[in-house]
Amino acid sequence: MDRRHPSVAAALALAVSFSAVAQEPLKIGFSMSLTGPLGGNGRAALLAMQMWAEDVNTKGGLLGRPIRLVYYDDQTNPANVPGLYTKLLDIDKVDLIVSSYGTNVIAPAIPIAMQRKMAFMTLFGTNPNAKFKYDRYFQIMPNGPDPAVGLTKGFFEVAMTMDPKPKTVALVGADAEYPHAALEGARTNVKAAGLQVLYDKTYPMSTTDFTPIVRAIQATNPDLVFVASYPPDSAGIVRAANEVALKTRQFGGAMIGVQYATLKTQLGPLLNGVVAWEVYAPEPTIKFPGVEEFLARYQPLAAAQQLDPLGFFLPPYAYAMMQIVGEAVQRVGKIDQAKIAEDIHSHEFTTVVGNVRFAKNGEWAEGRPLYVQYRGIRGNGLEEWKKPGHEVVLWPARWKSGDLLHPYDQHRK
Amino acid sequence: MSGPLFANALVSGLLLAGFYAAVSVGISIAFGMLDVVNIAHPAFIILGSYAASIANASMGADPIVTAVALSPAFFALGLLLYRFYHATFERRGREPLRGLAFFFGILFVTEVALILAFGVDYRSVTARYIGTTWRLGTVDLPLRLFVPFVVSVAMTLSLQVFLSRTFFGRAVLAVGQDQLALQLMGVDPVRIKQIAFGISIATAGVAGALLVIIQPVQPSLGREYIGLVFAIPVLGGMGSIAGTLAGAAILGVATSFTATFFGPSWAPAVSFGILLFALAFRPSGLFGR
Repeated sequence: MDRRHPSVAAALALAVSFSAVAQEPLKIGFSMSLTGPLGGNGRAALLAMQMWAEDVNTKGGLLGRPIRLVYYDDQTNPANVPGLYTKLLDIDKVDLIVSSYGTNVIAPAIPIAMQRKMAFMTLFGTNPNAKFKYDRYFQIMPNGPDPAVGLTKGFFEVAMTMDPKPKTVALVGADAEYPHAALEGARTNVKAAGLQVLYDKTYPMSTTDFTPIVRAIQATNPDLVFVASYPPDSAGIVRAANEVALKTRQFGGAMIGVQYATLKTQLGPLLNGVVAWEVYAPEPTIKFPGVEEFLARYQPLAAAQQLDPLGFFLPPYAYAMMQIVGEAVQRVGKIDQAKIAEDIHSHEFTTVVGNVRFAKNGEWAEGRPLYVQYRGIRGNGLEEWKKPGHEVVLWPARWKSGDLLHPYDQHRK
Repeated sequence: MSGPLFANALVSGLLLAGFYAAVSVGISIAFGMLDVVNIAHPAFIILGSYAASIANASMGADPIVTAVALSPAFFALGLLLYRFYHATFERRGREPLRGLAFFFGILFVTEVALILAFGVDYRSVTARYIGTTWRLGTVDLPLRLFVPFVVSVAMTLSLQVFLSRTFFGRAVLAVGQDQLALQLMGVDPVRIKQIAFGISIATAGVAGALLVIIQPVQPSLGREYIGLVFAIPVLGGMGSIAGTLAGAAILGVATSFTATFFGPSWAPAVSFGILLFALAFRPSGLFGR
């Protein structure tokens, strides 16, 4: 005979349910560039990750545990990263780790992840795992299994559609990890296209005036000018190209910064004619399920926090990265790094940036970097950039929304 | 080497030199004349950039006009900062390294304050002349660089005239040489240093407005300029405004020629190579005494 009083049973039931709510949080640790040159992007990515954590927690958490994001500012400084990840794993005892934003700060975290055998989902690194070959490394930027080559391939495939075909190219980029990787990929594509390289140089990150560089490029008279740059230099080079009245058939490249509202609005019409790498464009051909809903939620939050008000570049991918980690953990049913990595390798994931399947090296099995041409920008406002027709997708063919306008110097304005 | 390329490289170098002079003239006063190692100077430059950017975004104010209008505020900020520095470090005769730590602290505090107040996104300005380029024959003159050049040269030459032709200016020069002698003449050296430091910070505010005309800025960008703002006065000769202008011209033209003819990645090595070479022959700098 059960001698327990009904109120005791109710209390027990309450205690059981309370223990589920009061479960130890599932801690996801990462460093993030919240200050420094890439701080704006890092904060936008963090907002997207917080949105994901809130969404998951609203639905009861992951494995019945509430998500807690544990993060520290790496100041966009690679030297800070190893110490922060060691702290996350040894002091904070996080259950999972993901990366900060960008190649420069992902690369120094990989050895720590390898040492602790952690599954490591990363955010927009251009091939930092090439030398480590870590089998639990994953990367969310959609450049395909050979990221540096995939990142730059579109620029040259678009160029080779011109009639007559271009014969010469100038390559220029910043002295930093990402631009070096992008230029390396560009050289492979240049070779495959049979182009002659007339200029191939890098510049220091502290460069203030880019007009001498653009003039030196102009002096070689190349058919194509490919640039791999960070935000301030992207702005400087685009301005210099307009000031020098650069004469070339196609100008642009893998320029970081032109994807954000700040540079889009600052440069405005100066971007017309530029062929640039993007990962999202508000074109009718680009309709990933969920991305528009995500952006509709993200944009007001970003505006309130003085972050990138468009959010086309990093935020949807930061959210998708967390979706993948969450889905894998849910399917595995426990925190088992080997099984989580195995799960990510063996499944296709439906995310706000479309369906993602990973190749053996942790990159997207099938790449989807977009090359767009900016057109018809008349002012320095934000609204134009939200409408279709101003970032015409030229490549890949599956998402194409228009043809290349060339030469650059005639479509600059 | 084609003629137009050479001419454009020279003009670009001189335009860049104008900007270099603006960012380093304040250090020439603070470090060269007052012996105050204000390593936070680039942070005040960025503060000037933010002030210009905010006034531009909210009221459509021209960055140069904002810079001139806010000069008294930056001057006052310099007065307060020096008063605090003097009371806590200089007067007590603390070792210079602690003063350096103080200004490092100011650098980081300013950066963090900007981040907390305005976020970390890049900021810029719009002005009619920014997208305009004058073409003089085969030479391009982008107003984005030419306007800062004109303002900078005007500011630097005005300072040179002020410091060399006025009693106060001579007192500033004297305070760096012999404070006791100045006191014996009935002048308060602390007051002179305080005002001179205020002028130094006011030039940083103007330089910040010039910087944001040239390129977008974010709070930690100032760190990129720490080496440059000290290298130019050292090359020109500590405490010499004319030397600062000459040092800026040499490094600006060297940077432009290296970027045009040899590859931009060599530019810092060439610039600092020139600095080392010059100091080997003239340890006190080109115009140093």
